[in-house]
Amino acid sequence: MIKVKKLKAPKMSFWERIYLPAVFKGLSITGRHIPKKKITIQYPEERWVPRPGYRGAHRLNRDEHGRVKCVACEMCSSACPANCIHIVGGVAPWDDREKYPVVFEIDMLRCIYCGMCEEACPREAIELTEVYDFADYSREALVWDKEKLLAMYDLTKDHTYHLQKGEKIVDDMRQ
Amino acid sequence: MSVETLNVIIALVKIILVVYVAMMVTDLILILAERRISAFIQDRLGPNRVGPQGILQPLADGLKFLLKEEVIPNHVDRFLYLLAPAIILTPALMTFAVVPFGDQITTYIAGHLVTIRFQIADLDVGILYIVAIASLGVYGLVVGGYASNNKYSLLGGLRSSAQMISYELPMGLAIISVVMMTGSLRLQDIVVDQFGMWNIIRQPLAAIIFIVAAFAETNRLPFDLPEAEQELVGGYHTEYSSMKFASFFLAEYTNMITASALIVTLFFGGWHVPFLHQANLPVLWEQIIQILAFVIKTGFFLFFFIWVRWTLPRFRYDQLMNLGWKALLPLGLLNIVITAAVMAL
Repeated sequence: MIKVKKLKAPKMSFWERIYLPAVFKGLSITGRHIPKKKITIQYPEERWVPRPGYRGAHRLNRDEHGRVKCVACEMCSSACPANCIHIVGGVAPWDDREKYPVVFEIDMLRCIYCGMCEEACPREAIELTEVYDFADYSREALVWDKEKLLAMYDLTKDHTYHLQKGEKIVDDMRQ
Repeated sequence: MSVETLNVIIALVKIILVVYVAMMVTDLILILAERRISAFIQDRLGPNRVGPQGILQPLADGLKFLLKEEVIPNHVDRFLYLLAPAIILTPALMTFAVVPFGDQITTYIAGHLVTIRFQIADLDVGILYIVAIASLGVYGLVVGGYASNNKYSLLGGLRSSAQMISYELPMGLAIISVVMMTGSLRLQDIVVDQFGMWNIIRQPLAAIIFIVAAFAETNRLPFDLPEAEQELVGGYHTEYSSMKFASFFLAEYTNMITASALIVTLFFGGWHVPFLHQANLPVLWEQIIQILAFVIKTGFFLFFFIWVRWTLPRFRYDQLMNLGWKALLPLGLLNIVITAAVMAL
């Protein structure tokens, strides 16, 4: 048998039972919050910059000659648990590799932003960026092709994406 | 122009200025203040996009209410359903009529010596009038809840009637102890009587009872059981939409204004400003300062209403009844006995 210990509510003093001190205590707590700094970030004007390691939209990295780093090995699409990466490889026009991606598509709506493609990539060609604002008007527009993914690289390579977009940068919402 | 017509015109101007301009503007300000203060208390910013600092937000809200589809469900008692918002809003606006918001001035207008009282109607039984009209407001809630033909609405209406009746008693007792000291039911006399010392110092217990009861009578948190969202969907106004819902909303805020004005009038000296007489200001200035003082004091209590709402959780129903009948009522009676004993000595 389980031993049940019955607890009695602690006896309240007269001062506690009239409740008003507790009420005023509560009022002072909420009152002190009124002039406090607000954590709201007023989004389009102010932007929150994610910490390093944030997993946002993908990009395809370029090498020093501006060519796509990807060698179409399809390690990322094999690793992808959501099956959102579609690659069609072709013979590379360059001497230093055999293959390159003719088609490289990511379905941004299917992606679960787990970052496993990034881990699987042997050439550090695919990476997740700090970009979180890529809403669009159609499902088709959110299937990003190679050009779009390379353009993301140009936008985010200096880590100035949010600086370019927002008037005011809020570095950390929790002080 | 005779003196009578002049008096009628002055009365009409006062009604329009106070009821339709001051009250409605204050309602609008309150709608915004409620949202912004709640946001500040929760470390948020609140609506600040419509106009500078969001001051046009209430207008946007009002426009939304006006343009929304008016849904009258098929299962309602049509006549009572349409009547309820009117029943609740009218007494809410009427109660303010006897609240004095300034002293009187005597001046010449169009060749006549006229006395302008800063009060819409100077009733000799002002405080009784307020208690009587305020208790009419509960019919709006009960009728609204009943006519909606919906169990949640009905429960909300029933709760509000029980709550209002329970808390009218301690409220009345608190008023009695004030009236005993003043010896008059006229609100202006009650204000004048506090020139020496405000009633909050002479009658602190009555003030606390009255303020608590005022929260209950206006259905504000912690006493908002008639519209407890978590249990009753929306309470008595669940089935209402568009402008009819807005009239319930406006009635609640208007009741808040009246309740704050009454707290100020009964316990915080009304429009009285201490030591103002010694400053020897011109009469007009003195009047303006006194009206401003009344507005500021009332404004503080309106803020207090909102502040409390975002601080305290809701009572359980048995706690509500315990507080009303087992705590406030005996305390009110005790206060009357003490007041009587002190006065007899």
